[in-house]
Amino acid sequence: MINSAVLSVLLPELILALGAIVLLMIGVFTKNGEAAGRSVSWLAIMVLVLAGVAAFEQSGSTTVFGGAFISDSFTRFLKIVILIGGTLTLLMTFDNFGRAKLLVFEYPVLVLLATLGMLMMVSANDLIALYIGLELQSLALYVIAAFNRDDVRSSEAGLKYFVLGALSSGMLLYGASILYGVTGSTSYANIASAASLPEMTTNIGLTFGLVFVLVGLAFKIAAVPFHMWTPDVYQGAPTPVTAFFAGAPKIAAMALLLRFTQAALPAVAPQWQQIVIFISIASMVLGAFAAIGQNNIKRLLAYSSIGHVGFALVGLAANSAEGTAGVLIYLAIYVAMTLGAFACVLSMRRGDRYVENISDLAGLARSDLTFATILALLMFSFAGIPPLAGFWAKWYVFLPAIKAGLYPLSVIGMVSSVISAYYYLRIVKIMFFDEPAEAFAPREGRTFAVMALSAAFTVIFVLPFVGGAVVDAASAAATALVPGR
Amino acid sequence: MASALFFYLFAVLAVASGATVILTRNPVHAVLFLILAFFNAAGLFVLLNAEFLAMLLVIVYVGAVAVLFLFVVMMLDVDFAELKAGFIKNAGVGAIVGGIVLMEILALVGYRGLTTAASLNVAAPIPAAGSGITNTQALGEILYTKYVYFFEASGLILFVAMIGAIVLTLKHREGVKRQSISAQVARGPKTGLEIAKVPSGGFNIPPAVKHPEAAE
Repeated sequence: MINSAVLSVLLPELILALGAIVLLMIGVFTKNGEAAGRSVSWLAIMVLVLAGVAAFEQSGSTTVFGGAFISDSFTRFLKIVILIGGTLTLLMTFDNFGRAKLLVFEYPVLVLLATLGMLMMVSANDLIALYIGLELQSLALYVIAAFNRDDVRSSEAGLKYFVLGALSSGMLLYGASILYGVTGSTSYANIASAASLPEMTTNIGLTFGLVFVLVGLAFKIAAVPFHMWTPDVYQGAPTPVTAFFAGAPKIAAMALLLRFTQAALPAVAPQWQQIVIFISIASMVLGAFAAIGQNNIKRLLAYSSIGHVGFALVGLAANSAEGTAGVLIYLAIYVAMTLGAFACVLSMRRGDRYVENISDLAGLARSDLTFATILALLMFSFAGIPPLAGFWAKWYVFLPAIKAGLYPLSVIGMVSSVISAYYYLRIVKIMFFDEPAEAFAPREGRTFAVMALSAAFTVIFVLPFVGGAVVDAASAAATALVPGR
Repeated sequence: MASALFFYLFAVLAVASGATVILTRNPVHAVLFLILAFFNAAGLFVLLNAEFLAMLLVIVYVGAVAVLFLFVVMMLDVDFAELKAGFIKNAGVGAIVGGIVLMEILALVGYRGLTTAASLNVAAPIPAAGSGITNTQALGEILYTKYVYFFEASGLILFVAMIGAIVLTLKHREGVKRQSISAQVARGPKTGLEIAKVPSGGFNIPPAVKHPEAAE
């Protein structure tokens, strides 16, 4: 049953699992706590890079374990994006955690295990595999949300995330059990063939199960109306953890959503399409309006991430290979921009104290023009100003939606994009035109590197060998998932 | 004949102890009767040739869950009389919920058919009945081959849970005296024994008693 062929398909996951176990041992048997945290973090970065290389080297489309685990160009694309996101967020933790006395070896180990869960989610081709990957990821995330356990907000974030996550898992499992009862199988392929029978399009059980699974997944991607936990968790969790939350886990959950809808239930597309359209519109509108009144930049980014999930779902609503490619492009660009934005938040430090208010950015352009320019570029990109990457992200999701005839959705999306531009541009205005506040402490090298890399990516995305490469890879990935549609 | 006898024995005991769980006033007795109910249910499973489920019931429910209940009941100061005080007030809501669940069960009892789709996918029982393979063996064979991915991944989830529990609760307190077994074992006559020269005649009457003011 298990031979070298199976192991080679599982190689990225195996590297992460074994890496996590070995690193835990190294950490436990290193005497000095902070030195252990530092060295294990570096080793964890190496493990993530190694897993990324392993994922990059894979080819072809293979399923193993009776179809429960799939590896194709779709999974490879997302795995590489997730691993890049994980690596860069780990790079940004050193400075912040070192000051907060949180630099312990358990954190990188938990990040590795969470990333492993994400890779398993991306490769899930079966309801059980879906759930197991999701739980592995979520459990590790609950723990790192509460990682600063002496801080009330961090503990609150962990507890809130845990309770709502458990609730969403319950709904997801309930839906999965109904789907299993109706179709007689947990495997996506069998569910798809069962759902394609003519009498199944009106089967209430199938619709019920579908709705509950979608609700569970909507919790995980923080789409409206299941977004309530996001601002509190983002604000309460330590900032490097928030940076991690905002990127990789969303991609993994979105991958589940994409494969679940398009591989397991393509036959009942109209039924999930209307749900996706609704949560997409709700997320975009809420993301646009709720962020306006925020003073804390982490909360603002939380609402912004809710809005961006809504934009990404526009591509899924189109239900075509092009739309799926749009979602993938959107996710890749979103992660790149979010990492940069959080690198900026992590650089907002006065003395030994980190500040999080938007007013703290006032007049930044006069004290640190580079920082202000980078953050301004990222904000312009978030707002979708051409020719920055954020514009192309929206371009590639709205185009398929218009082709699919989803005009109301597209119009509402574009309007909310314009509204959301207000609070992004407000930050730019505060940085460049307001009376200067006290200057920030000198930037930390690694965090600045992430910031600069992210801003550079948004600028050079328009070049064919950068943006074109991403778009080509995403299109190939999307056709692996949605062939010939 | 014998199996029928045992069925009624287990069934009557299970129902009776189940009823006692909710009727008895002492919570510790309630948990003990719950354990008795679990054992009888395990007996029923054995009669059905489902010996794996029977073992699971005893090991997991009696060994872990019921013992945990006992801990909770005995260690936490839960006032059960107070908990029961709102019973009459909430009985109406409880009756409605119970009635809905009962109706759902009744609706399902009559419904035995699978959908066409499900019947296409339903796998044959593994292994075929009458092949002489016990269900423990059959489960083991499928768990470590076809479902090994799920099995190992579940192990990783427990691993995360373990790390998480330690990370979030373990505190390294300063100045706590801990037992060091290796130090105790390594202790020999050279380090553990001291021969003190005591001047003869004066040691059976402690000076503190003889001269209380001298002890200061």
